[in-house]
Amino acid sequence: MSVLTPTAARPQRWRPVFGYWLTAYKRTWRGSIFGRFLSPLLFLLSMGLGLGSLVNRSAGGVDGVPYLQFVVPGILAAQAMWVAMGESTYQVLGAIRWQMQYHAMLATPIGVDDLLLGHLTYVAAQVTSATVIFMAVGACFGAWASWWVLLALPVTLLTGMAFAVPIFAFSAKQESDSGFNILFRFIITPLFLFSGTFFPVSQLPVWLRPVAWVTPLWHGVEANRSLALGSPDALAVLGHTAYLLVFIAAGAWVARRTFRGRLVT
Amino acid sequence: MSTQGTLARPTAASRVARLLPVPAGAGMARILVERNVMSFRHGWIAIITGFAEPVFYLFSLGIGLGSLVRTVTTDGGTVVPYAHFVAPALLASSAMNGAVFDSTFNVFFKLKYAKLYDSVLATPLGPRDVAVGEIGWALIRGSLYAAAFLAVAVAAGTVHSWWALLAVPAATLIGFAFAAVGMFATTFMRSWVDFDYVTLAIQPMFLFSATFFPLATYPGAVQWVVQLTPLYHGVALERALMLGEVGPGLAIHVGYLVVMGLLGLVGTARRIEKLLLS
Repeated sequence: MSVLTPTAARPQRWRPVFGYWLTAYKRTWRGSIFGRFLSPLLFLLSMGLGLGSLVNRSAGGVDGVPYLQFVVPGILAAQAMWVAMGESTYQVLGAIRWQMQYHAMLATPIGVDDLLLGHLTYVAAQVTSATVIFMAVGACFGAWASWWVLLALPVTLLTGMAFAVPIFAFSAKQESDSGFNILFRFIITPLFLFSGTFFPVSQLPVWLRPVAWVTPLWHGVEANRSLALGSPDALAVLGHTAYLLVFIAAGAWVARRTFRGRLVT
Repeated sequence: MSTQGTLARPTAASRVARLLPVPAGAGMARILVERNVMSFRHGWIAIITGFAEPVFYLFSLGIGLGSLVRTVTTDGGTVVPYAHFVAPALLASSAMNGAVFDSTFNVFFKLKYAKLYDSVLATPLGPRDVAVGEIGWALIRGSLYAAAFLAVAVAAGTVHSWWALLAVPAATLIGFAFAAVGMFATTFMRSWVDFDYVTLAIQPMFLFSATFFPLATYPGAVQWVVQLTPLYHGVALERALMLGEVGPGLAIHVGYLVVMGLLGLVGTARRIEKLLLS
């Protein structure tokens, strides 16, 4: 996140921005907590246990791993993507166009960087809480094979942010919400389905595999899975993490430019 | 969907019409449909996206997961490749999703923010026209998606029987049941936050209506609950048609969906009347 704090001369002005979003969230948290707890539980039961029983019966799991333990780390990463997407679209465009909170904030000593950092920190908090809840639910069902899974928390957070930061930039470019439909249906949904979440990427046609390798979700899924299964290849996990960090840094650079362009000039 | 109505209805006839549950008194619903078609011309991208989603699911689940799951024994007793098993379920659930989206989010926006129905009711159109017109519009769109998806399913070789030709009207029936109840529910919504409840109803059905694995996978007591949900009947109907497992038992699925749709339609017309005309 250090990309977003250019000088030490303006310390901690992102905090009131973070505080604002948190205050707003306090008014609607009930609905979201319910959904956040229930939705992973349902996916876990349906995909992990229901579908898993079919996979285990005919193929003996995936590469010898029971399907539940194969699929749940993937869903964990995918959930971070969903939460990041949910928090970075309508709210950002709303703060620019409809409710205009950003404009109100910029009328104070808060700058564009503080605005971005504060709001992104709030999104990071959302991704973290959703991930922690999911990990607890997963533990109840024996979805984790190893304590290494605790390291999946930071990896999942990075996966979420690798979506949140570029989507902030995308949202700041929109005039109406119709672009979100396209983003949701043509990017997020295919990623959810083809990034190795539900089946290994090796099942994809050869030409499609490199596409999966480029997407941040695949890196999050792979790192999570190797951690959750308890035999992490340190170098591979570091590689995936580095990829996610580069993705976030590049996204932050673009987001700064688009926010400046949209809000200041 | 809409009977031919005339502008000036004789009072006796209109009284009789009001006794009839649904289409009567909704003779001008097609005008609302026409309005929606016109306003939708700019939304062509939404048509493409609505079609793309089930196709992505079909290829991901059918090809990717299919190679892990291989074959499934349906509740009808035939053994089929996983893609063939899941394709009808995707058709049914996308019919549900489309209908619910149209009849909740879109209608809520028109009801609360665009105040569209206030303007509509200032014309000769009545509340039943609004109910029938909006639901009819959702069905027209849904049928287009269903036909397109069926074409993809046929091309992918997942269809076993000529009965599949009835899969499109069946998808329309599923859409009708969900759109009617969805719109009825929308008339009770106070704010966008209430839409969490819509997701809460839709998502478990999508995951647990014998969509991704057969009913026999569930424990006995749960099977009974699954069979109560409307999407289960939609999925079972589509699966029977596309795999050619047709029998008299299908009448139960059809009957369930018809009754659900009619109840929703009557309820919606009453609520619109109460909300906007009293």
